[in-house]
Amino acid sequence: MQSEVMFAGFGGQGILLSGKILAQTAMDQGFEVAWVPSYGPEMRGGTAYCTVVISDEPIGSPIIKNPAHLVAMNRPSLEKFAGIVKPKGVILINASLIPIRSGRDDIDELIVQTTEIASEIGNIRAANIVALASFIARSRIVDFDIFRECVKKEFSKKPKLIPLNMKAVDKGKLAANFDV
Amino acid sequence: MGKTFLKPNSLSDNHTHYCPGCTHGVIHRLIAEVIDELKIRKNTVGVAPVGCAVLAYNYFNFDFQEAAHGRAPAMATGIKRVRPDLNVFTYQGDGDLASIGMSEIIHSANRGEKFTTIFVNNAVYGMTGGQMAPTTMPNQKTTTSPFGRDVKDVGMPIKMANLLAALQTPGYIERTTVLKPKYIVKAKKAIKKAFIYQMEKKCFSFVEVVSTCPTNWGMTPQDSIKWAEDTLLPYYELGVFKDTPKMEEKNAK
Amino acid sequence: MAKVLMKGNEAIGEAAIRSGCLNYFAYPITPQSEVAEYLAKRMPEVGGMFLQGESEVAVGYMLFGASACGERVFTTSSSPGISLMSEAISYIAAAQCPVVFVNIMRGGPGLGGILPSQADYSQSVKGGGHGDYKLLVMAPASVQEAVEMVTEAFVLAEKYRNPVMILGDGLIGQMMEPVEFPEKVAAKPSDKSEWATTGMDTRKSDKRNLVKTLFLDPEELNRHNLMLKEKYKKMEAEEVRYSTYNTDGDYKAVIASYGTMSRVCKTAIDMLKKEGIEVCMIRPQTLFPFPEVAIRKAVEKKSCKLAISIEMNMGQMVEDIQRSVSGIVPVKWYGKCGGEIPTPEETAEAVKKYLNNEE
Repeated sequence: MQSEVMFAGFGGQGILLSGKILAQTAMDQGFEVAWVPSYGPEMRGGTAYCTVVISDEPIGSPIIKNPAHLVAMNRPSLEKFAGIVKPKGVILINASLIPIRSGRDDIDELIVQTTEIASEIGNIRAANIVALASFIARSRIVDFDIFRECVKKEFSKKPKLIPLNMKAVDKGKLAANFDV
Repeated sequence: MGKTFLKPNSLSDNHTHYCPGCTHGVIHRLIAEVIDELKIRKNTVGVAPVGCAVLAYNYFNFDFQEAAHGRAPAMATGIKRVRPDLNVFTYQGDGDLASIGMSEIIHSANRGEKFTTIFVNNAVYGMTGGQMAPTTMPNQKTTTSPFGRDVKDVGMPIKMANLLAALQTPGYIERTTVLKPKYIVKAKKAIKKAFIYQMEKKCFSFVEVVSTCPTNWGMTPQDSIKWAEDTLLPYYELGVFKDTPKMEEKNAK
Repeated sequence: MAKVLMKGNEAIGEAAIRSGCLNYFAYPITPQSEVAEYLAKRMPEVGGMFLQGESEVAVGYMLFGASACGERVFTTSSSPGISLMSEAISYIAAAQCPVVFVNIMRGGPGLGGILPSQADYSQSVKGGGHGDYKLLVMAPASVQEAVEMVTEAFVLAEKYRNPVMILGDGLIGQMMEPVEFPEKVAAKPSDKSEWATTGMDTRKSDKRNLVKTLFLDPEELNRHNLMLKEKYKKMEAEEVRYSTYNTDGDYKAVIASYGTMSRVCKTAIDMLKKEGIEVCMIRPQTLFPFPEVAIRKAVEKKSCKLAISIEMNMGQMVEDIQRSVSGIVPVKWYGKCGGEIPTPEETAEAVKKYLNNEE
């Protein structure tokens, strides 16, 4: 089985990091993974996106035409990529910045106010972790407890940020459960 | 009676291919004497340029590398960075160093690479047949400036020692010549000082040697010495441009 | 050692250290700058040396000088940077210095783009610099393979006293995948005091060493070239590496593809299989020496009608495949110049089209 998640948003929204934490979680769980970034001038403020491929066997093409899921952090990303997601996938919409919806009825749409939630827990920069936690809770693409450990590990060099991000993980999960 | 004037160990027994009256032979000998006197022959690596001195390794008697045109300072950098214990010098002409290798010499000097450059300036490309160099004098005729160097067209000759002395990092820069015995004595002192600074791991050291090229200048050896004294020396003034080997340590602090 | 998730560029830097290479000269260029950024931090931790040169031209000669005095040394760059180094590469090959180069290719010609490409195939395999010389060229298809090839590259470079080029595309550098590093340093650097300018006091005899590339005597130059030719022949006999995919059944076509593109092809082959179309792949892991015999044998199967070169360029490998199949089947090409990487769907479609035209 292979699954793919595309993360997309503005540069600076922590898109690449979200993808990396998911890839790390999947790897720790024993899956094969590939994290494929977009890179170049668009990294510096424009659109950033990355794809994480997760599989239980060696990964062939890391280039994915139709990802299974999408985490859209800004409106241009949703507009650009909503149409390519495979049926039955999860599309997470960052409702703090995106007033529209995917327009798809064959996918599982997950609406999360990431900025507001992050702001409630103390730092809007944790919005990406809120989104990631929400997405993982809904899609169950990886084990949630392993994910939590990976977030801790990611911030191990800045331990001050761990409590904040743990809150982001919990609130994100909660958001996924509320929006059913 | 024993011999009183011996060939330095650092020179090989080969006869040089240099033209009659060429000053390369004298400069080779000075370097060889200095290396013998400092007893560093067995851990010295020379880097030959492209130009008349490309075959310099045939006349020296220690390890040598042969660079591409102008790149000798980059090669010397490579050697020094991985083997700081070796004594390394580049031997370069003015076409090689001041034209095609301008970038490499400036950056090596500016990084304060701890090697020595002997820069032989005779105001012309020798090996390729007497073409104009960045150091060719105003109105000097060469095969590619047949009407004389037109400074309105190609600018004034570059004074390398002055140019490098404008950098903050390099510690020792001197311009010498070997046109007459009194100059030769001074030139040897400069070369020796440059190698000592290197051995003490102090600084980048650069010795320019104003030289002749009777063949490409179209002069007899005697006339070329006179022309060099009358024309080159007033423009390429001799002297110490920088002797602040400890500057680098100060900068580092 | 446990698996770690690492970006290709960083993994390549780490692999060099673990292969016993503690000397690195480089110049920043997208998409490989992470190697320099990684090693700028990492080299001091392991007592290694990193110098950012003033240009790729200078870096080429820093490598030459360092290698010519016997030390293990490597660099990483990307296409336009490799062009600038090509001058030095010719000298390094001529002087038989074992330098390892990594080219994380981007699109060309000119400044081209900064996205993944395989447009430097010909430059790496056929030349690049002046004169008759060959690089041993390796093409990794994953971060793990890039790591393994780095280690092998140092061994091969020293075995043959020849520069080795690892030709990865931008994706190999930018992608993160799990990697496992070898526990121990692969091999000790060979003793080079026989030929390198290690200083006369490193030798028992009074012999002095000379590293040079000038041979003014035409007979001597000819002998030097013949000696190099013998070396390249030996590489062709001993160092061909490739892997195969789906070669058991009665396939209709042989795909030749390397690097990231070969992974896309693998998925495309799986897709075609589901539709009942059998296609196999020969994936060259060394581009020079080229797996000629393997490709020839593959097309000799009766069911095979076609060979298709699939690359992120305009078909630079086609001639090598034509040479390998020597007319047994027609040789086609599919690809894009890079940046936009063909998807498995597009690739499968292209293969089908060629097969339909054949029938």
